[in-house]
Amino acid sequence: MRFSDTLNQSYTAIKTQPVRVLLIVLAMSIGIASVTVLTALGESARLYIVNEFQALGTHLVIVLPGRTETTGGQPPIFGETPTDLTLADANALLRSRHIAAIAPINIGAAPVSTRGLERETTIIGSTVDLRQVRHLSLAQGRFLPASDSNETLSVCVIGRTIKDELFANQQALGQWLRINDRRFRVIGVLASEGQSIGVDFDDMVVIPVAAAQALFNTQSLFRILVEAKSKEGMYKAVDEIRAIIKARHDGEDDITLITQDSVVKTFDDILTALTLTVASIASISLAVAGILVMNVMWVSVTQRTSEIGLLKALGATPRQLLWLFLTEAAMLSVAGALSGLLLGKLALVALQTVYPDFPLYLPPWAVAAALAVALLTALIFGVLPARQAAKMDPVTALSKR
Amino acid sequence: MIKLEHIHRYFQVGEQRIHALNDINLTIKQGEYVSIMGPSGSGKSTLLNVIALLDQPSSGRYLLNDQDVTQLNDEQLARVRRENIGFVFQFFHLIPRLSAAENIEMPMVLAGIAAKERKQRVAEVLKAVSLADRAGHRPDQLSGGQMQRVAIARAMIMRPGLLLADEPTGNLDSQSGREIIELLEDLNQQDMTLLMITHDESIGQRAERCIRIIDGQVS
Repeated sequence: MRFSDTLNQSYTAIKTQPVRVLLIVLAMSIGIASVTVLTALGESARLYIVNEFQALGTHLVIVLPGRTETTGGQPPIFGETPTDLTLADANALLRSRHIAAIAPINIGAAPVSTRGLERETTIIGSTVDLRQVRHLSLAQGRFLPASDSNETLSVCVIGRTIKDELFANQQALGQWLRINDRRFRVIGVLASEGQSIGVDFDDMVVIPVAAAQALFNTQSLFRILVEAKSKEGMYKAVDEIRAIIKARHDGEDDITLITQDSVVKTFDDILTALTLTVASIASISLAVAGILVMNVMWVSVTQRTSEIGLLKALGATPRQLLWLFLTEAAMLSVAGALSGLLLGKLALVALQTVYPDFPLYLPPWAVAAALAVALLTALIFGVLPARQAAKMDPVTALSKR
Repeated sequence: MIKLEHIHRYFQVGEQRIHALNDINLTIKQGEYVSIMGPSGSGKSTLLNVIALLDQPSSGRYLLNDQDVTQLNDEQLARVRRENIGFVFQFFHLIPRLSAAENIEMPMVLAGIAAKERKQRVAEVLKAVSLADRAGHRPDQLSGGQMQRVAIARAMIMRPGLLLADEPTGNLDSQSGREIIELLEDLNQQDMTLLMITHDESIGQRAERCIRIIDGQVS
């Protein structure tokens, strides 16, 4: 029997039962649609977060005071460690050959005001290298000057939101900005970046790190961002940072180092697992659809018993009958899968119009997997009825009317 | 062509063991016209099913064209049926969703013959059973006599050596019944072996040879 004839025979058989076909296609397409939509959501979330982290810079090492292993918990947010990280620690790191740039970071919240307008915002103290490490770009003016990090220059760079709120329709450059009780001259405005892992650079004022230390009356640093010269150099840099700080902290290994790729990998792993979990829950509906396929095929085989007997008399081999019924099941499933993909695509388009900011992406492997799973379900659940047809005794089958 | 040696066939019905065929010995030559008669339950249908390779005898030897077909598996049996045996049934057994031409085409579809050749051969046999103008009709649009002619066309499409007819006129009025018998006898004239089960004495007597079966034995 030719393949095209098998397809044709199965197709004409399916055509005679439109309602049954519609139901099975509906069930299958709901399963496939839910799998594709949930996979797309999970996958998009993964890509979103991974991209966010990669936007931080590719060879980034984050130095945190404190050590998870020694405290047994999360690294403390603010320096409650035996030994604080200081500016001197940060500067000492520059001795490593593998380090391209260092940005010590100090963070605090303070009221920012100018001419009667006031706003509570995040103040970040850092150095000129922050711009390189975090890939910041400027809309106007310039970034912090390259000077000794111990110098408390009274200059600041403001984010887009601050500019719009405090200097609406005015030139911000050159103006004075009051932070707490100190005055800073605005020398630059950051280009708008939107959210970046929860850090909103638009609603932020960047001042020299020494000024921030004076402002918040502290000697310690929140963390140090280090950019390694290369991907390979990053691991050597990690070892050297650990050695340098250990030497400076009386032999105490009391810092935590987070590398860019470990963060990305962790999130990647978590979200991939999440996507797979969600997709497998959704695929339960595929199994239900598969059982429906089996049910419909049983009915089909039972109803067409005398036809099966006839085909046997006409010389249909058991294998041909098996394939005829399997092809029917496969056709139903593939039709369901295709309409399910269409349904899923529509749902994604609808979601995209509701949430235009969230990048929705249906990976090609998910499409292929959905089709393959539908086909597999059809073959697994269709094989029992098809075998029944193939094994039928021709004499009894023919006597059924 | 057909050689049956000591064929027995038992059926288990509940506790009871039914001896449907009891030591059947039968030889039918190529081109013969044989009718099988007997009361219902006599085993004539079982005999036909065994000859048709739809049923396997419990014991005995069956040679079809000098080939021992009792040793073949299901796949091989299907192939032998397809190439050597044409069927005509009492209840026509046409596939309701297919047109007359598609029904006739079915054995060739199963045999994997190319569509072009199929079309040509279907046109030929439709003409032979004078149904050329009914090719596109579905079975429910045909009369009983026409349906049986479609079934005969389907039986002869593979040009088998053996034509088996199980009460071919059982569901027809006498007029169309006679036409069907004439059509079958025509095919027999073209050297096709014709084996026919019938209740009808007048039809049975037309055959060159009449085999009577009573209680599973040739009498």
